[in-house]
Amino acid sequence: MTKFLSVLFIALSMLLSGASFAGKGVYQTPKAFINNAFSGATPEAKILWLTKEDKAVIAEIMQHKYNRMRIRYWQLGDETVWVLDEIGKEKPITIGVHIKEKKISHFKVLTFRESRGDEVRHDFYAKQFLNAKLNDNKQLNQHIDGITGATMSVRATTKIARIALLLNAKVADDNL
Amino acid sequence: MMKKTLIASALVGLFASNAAIANEETDKLRQVIAEQQKVLESLEKRLDETDHKLNATAEHVEVAQEDSVFDNTTIGGYGELHYNNYDDSDAKIDFHRFVLFFGHEFSDSIRFFSEFELEHSLSGDGKPGEVELEQAYVEVDINEEVSSKVGLFLIPVGIINETHEPPTFYGVERNGVEKNIIPATWWEAGLAVNFKPAPGLSIDGAATSGLEVGDDFKIRNGRQKVAKAKAENLAYTGRINYTAIPGLELAATLQYQTDITQGGSNFEAPIDTADATLLEAHAIYQVNDFTVRALYARWDINGDEAKELGRDEQTGWYVEPAYKLNEKIGVFARYAEYDNNAGNSDSTVVKSTSVGVNYYLHENVVLKADYEDLGGSKDSQGFNLGFGYQF
Repeated sequence: MTKFLSVLFIALSMLLSGASFAGKGVYQTPKAFINNAFSGATPEAKILWLTKEDKAVIAEIMQHKYNRMRIRYWQLGDETVWVLDEIGKEKPITIGVHIKEKKISHFKVLTFRESRGDEVRHDFYAKQFLNAKLNDNKQLNQHIDGITGATMSVRATTKIARIALLLNAKVADDNL
Repeated sequence: MMKKTLIASALVGLFASNAAIANEETDKLRQVIAEQQKVLESLEKRLDETDHKLNATAEHVEVAQEDSVFDNTTIGGYGELHYNNYDDSDAKIDFHRFVLFFGHEFSDSIRFFSEFELEHSLSGDGKPGEVELEQAYVEVDINEEVSSKVGLFLIPVGIINETHEPPTFYGVERNGVEKNIIPATWWEAGLAVNFKPAPGLSIDGAATSGLEVGDDFKIRNGRQKVAKAKAENLAYTGRINYTAIPGLELAATLQYQTDITQGGSNFEAPIDTADATLLEAHAIYQVNDFTVRALYARWDINGDEAKELGRDEQTGWYVEPAYKLNEKIGVFARYAEYDNNAGNSDSTVVKSTSVGVNYYLHENVVLKADYEDLGGSKDSQGFNLGFGYQF
């Protein structure tokens, strides 16, 4: 009887596996995130070309090499929006960061492509980044509690928050 | 009078001629400005074109850097080298685990994952090590809330069974409770379903091959490792996991196996059916740089044969507070008790007290040291050194 139940369980699961697959992990498009941040009055995208020194600082935060030459961002007054990628364990996680007055005002995982650790996409996790600023050591000024089993994703999101704040400070200084 | 008229005429002529010259110069200047305007517009256009070309080149270079024939295939791994020095045995150094992960994404919703391991560095007849396939499964996302996997995978139980890369835990060796009671690392073949009904809530169900213990009823020795494993009696596992509060994990696993001896073919005489139940529960709580882990696990095995050995009940628990001094250094203490003969009245419990440190050279590379005092049915002290990595 138990064997029969097992076979039935397996068959049902295989049948379910054949069901139509929903697209995995796109929770908001970058365009929608940016429009939302600027309440529809979205400015033209700007491009920040990274210097060798910029790349070195980003690599230090990411703990691996950073090969991109430039980063696109959106700026209106003292507000900037960044849409950045970082790999959790195997696949890039796309994160939107809206910064206002040098503090994070909105933080959201836009696309999650990993097979584990997707808890970081939920508001209960992301809201920890609200009002976070960068201290002199280029660390966040508030503690981000991790999620067991999602360590790599937690790390990736924290790194992106730090990099967005760092780049925001750079473009703000350039405008002085 | 005549003289004045001549002077006036000369002056008028002079002014007129100057005005004519000025007009001519103004026209020339206008012409120059217009030409310069054209040059400026042309330069601006060329600057825009150059900017456009530069961005296109950067785009091409960045995409070329990211694109690869192995785009959908991933390689990872971890490893750990251990040095053990205890009072009651010779000191040993051992490259305990060398592991390679290979994964491949067939589509956005179907992926393969595997873990291939060499234990104790050298395998073969009479050698101390083993070559093991610890994971090889295909996972399918049915929708955002439900996924299933089929193949050979880690049983969803405990803290370190599924996540055991060295930088993720304290202590050179894995803790004795999860090793001897659960028994980690524990993998079986079958089918599993994961359901996430709400943010931070996850439910797992699995129907898999099971353990086959010998006549000593030792759980750890019952792992068949999916090597021509007997599948007369399957195992059914359920886990509920709650992580909706950052820093907190609460989880419990229940497994029922219809006969942990797989029909008793390893026994000389016919034996009772030894159906068995594993209950495991754990909590992890992190507040700022302080983390505490606590775990309890218990097997209940039916049948007279297990009862006679006192192995009808096998239990263990531990509590492990840890503190991260900074990004590089974390310290921990652990108290653990486990007893594979908890069903008898003898004092067979092993008590372990450990303290130690992890030093992170990089977030994925760790040096470890710990001191352990073993009491209860064991009496020994010693220290362990090790390094581990993951990528």
